[in-house]
Amino acid sequence: MTHARSDEGVAGGEDVLGAGVLERIPDGSDLLTAEDIVVRFHTKRGVVHAVEGVSIAIRAGEVLAVVGESGSGKTIFTRRVMGLISGGNGTEVHGTVTYDGTKLTELSGKELSKFWGAEIALILQDPMTSLNPVKRIGEQLTETIVLHKRVTKKEAQQRAVELLRSVGLSEPERRVRQYPHELSGGMRQRVTIAIALSCNPRLLLADEPTTALDVTVQAQILDLLADLQSRLRMAMLLVTHDLRVVRSRSDRIAVMYAGRIVETAPTPELFAEPKMPYTEALMNAVPPIAGPNHIRLQVIPGRPPDLVNPPTGCKFSPRCPYAQEKCLTEEPPLREAGSADHQYRCWYPVGSEEGLKAKARNVERGRSAAGTP
Amino acid sequence: MADTMATTPAAPATAAGPGGGTGGVSRGTKRKYALRRIRKRLTHLLLVLLAVTFLSFVVVDLLPGDAAVVVAGDNATPEQVQQVREDLQLDRPVLIRYVDWLGGVLTGDLGSSFRTGQPVAEALAQRIPVTFEITIVAQVLALLIAVPLAVWSAYRPGRLVDRASMTLGFGAAAMPNFVFGMVLIVLFAGGVSSILPATGYTGFFENPLENLRSIILPCLTLMIAEAAVYRQLLRSDMTSTLQEDFILMARSKGLSPMTILFRHALRPSSFSLITLSGVNIGRLLGGTVIVETLFAIPGLGQLIVQAVFNRDYMILQGALLFVAVAYVVINMLIDLLYLALDPRVRRDA
Repeated sequence: MTHARSDEGVAGGEDVLGAGVLERIPDGSDLLTAEDIVVRFHTKRGVVHAVEGVSIAIRAGEVLAVVGESGSGKTIFTRRVMGLISGGNGTEVHGTVTYDGTKLTELSGKELSKFWGAEIALILQDPMTSLNPVKRIGEQLTETIVLHKRVTKKEAQQRAVELLRSVGLSEPERRVRQYPHELSGGMRQRVTIAIALSCNPRLLLADEPTTALDVTVQAQILDLLADLQSRLRMAMLLVTHDLRVVRSRSDRIAVMYAGRIVETAPTPELFAEPKMPYTEALMNAVPPIAGPNHIRLQVIPGRPPDLVNPPTGCKFSPRCPYAQEKCLTEEPPLREAGSADHQYRCWYPVGSEEGLKAKARNVERGRSAAGTP
Repeated sequence: MADTMATTPAAPATAAGPGGGTGGVSRGTKRKYALRRIRKRLTHLLLVLLAVTFLSFVVVDLLPGDAAVVVAGDNATPEQVQQVREDLQLDRPVLIRYVDWLGGVLTGDLGSSFRTGQPVAEALAQRIPVTFEITIVAQVLALLIAVPLAVWSAYRPGRLVDRASMTLGFGAAAMPNFVFGMVLIVLFAGGVSSILPATGYTGFFENPLENLRSIILPCLTLMIAEAAVYRQLLRSDMTSTLQEDFILMARSKGLSPMTILFRHALRPSSFSLITLSGVNIGRLLGGTVIVETLFAIPGLGQLIVQAVFNRDYMILQGALLFVAVAYVVINMLIDLLYLALDPRVRRDA
């Protein structure tokens, strides 16, 4: 396999999605790194601090999950990583994104778009709105293929049919002639996945790919994504607000809150030993599968912070059951817990001696330092 | 459409197959919808025509004075006028005259002018092509100017093209079009330069080049305000389309801005523009009296105004009949255009 990736054309073999896998850079090395990403929107109300200094590294072939409530900045971060949000017009951006040795943040829009769809692909939340309503499915698939690969229209059409088949759509020959409104939500999300994978990207950014779907369809789509991801040895950034979704489907998790990463760890470690009270609270907010039915869910009190006037100190302190006076004034830095892979921001981490004391003190006085009961 | 069906026999067959129940609009179904819509529109048209022609008949009859006064001349005695009135059969009740006229129309006879004796059909045949040409050319010009400006303004809001075209557009839309027409005349036909004729109309088949020269100024005059409105309308629809997820999706595929704007965003943004354009064509086909008068163009508008002044209701009826038919037919075409442009319309047709 010495030819360039863009010359693959249509794979003649059994699996259109398989082509090009062998040349991928070895698993485990960094495919994309984002350093100190900052996105601020200057609005009439003030400056919205959407993303404040987020750094991540995605290794080739791994699934990195970004978890957080709505408004935590995860979607903005994802779009900034891809370059879909750029500076200017009231938007302030800082930080660098490096993809396989190329600094994406230094490229022009035109140069960037050569990566889009070909190397890095995106799946959006709502398949009802992410497909063009007046264009046939086939057209929306082939335009990407024709753009990035040296193939004829006919070959692209063949590939479109094969792609639809490989994402599990029945009667793909008929689907390519249909319009989005003729398909169900789950089918449409399969189509957007087919579009995203049409040029064998090495990195897939999936922004809440199942949030808008029926619960029964969610698992199917997630399994499909997991299956394709491992078959293609593709790296994936899976953005979600639902920890359950990523428990068995990610290698590492980064938890975001108020535009910052508050904890990041390999998935099993995060579930076994969460350090940040917010992570713990997110886990407790998920109804347990075992145990009695109809129990009261543990909610996180309060609301996500106002990103125009975020609280000083730890951003989670107003809602945190562990919060002490120090948390209200000093923002904790990212600290390592045992290994460089597990980092968290907290003065009184869950499970530690200080943490237990802090919580006990709050229980004793009936409120946290921020006044939350 | 029959041709395309013949070359792709698989299309209707698949739709009718086992999975056909879940959707999948085949070409056959599409044609059926189209036919149903046309049928509905035509029924509609009949009612509109009856209402319009009857109303105008009655209204003209209620106006003081009638064709007999005009035909008999200024110096005629009341007896002479009465004589003319009887000759023209204007003394019969209005309902009888209407039914009589309607009978004529159904047999293809639109009658003749009271004043000149010219058959109405002939008068219309002279005027309609003039108005038709000017209307269509002006519309096409307006769209050619408005669409690129609107697309670019929506793509780069607040920048030079957007602000300049908005300011100029507001000016153009606020100015009565005859003022703009007079400015054009001064600039190109007599004042600053004399490269174009100020008045008159040359038929296309007489002399195509002269025809072009004679319609430039009237078309520009008609076009300017419409282009401004079209730009404004399309810009705002385009702006909201560009916020859609499917545009973000198109960007994330690596498509170029031009492809995204013209191949992804324009079509779903164009529905209100098409509606308005259709309404305008229908309206302009009824004649544009001010512009026709300004440039001395023998169009339908002038014919109608003269007919009203002369109480020449045969001419008036014929012209109104045409205007109503044209209006409904244009809207029917717009309807079919929706069908072609938006696949979602077919579902609830």
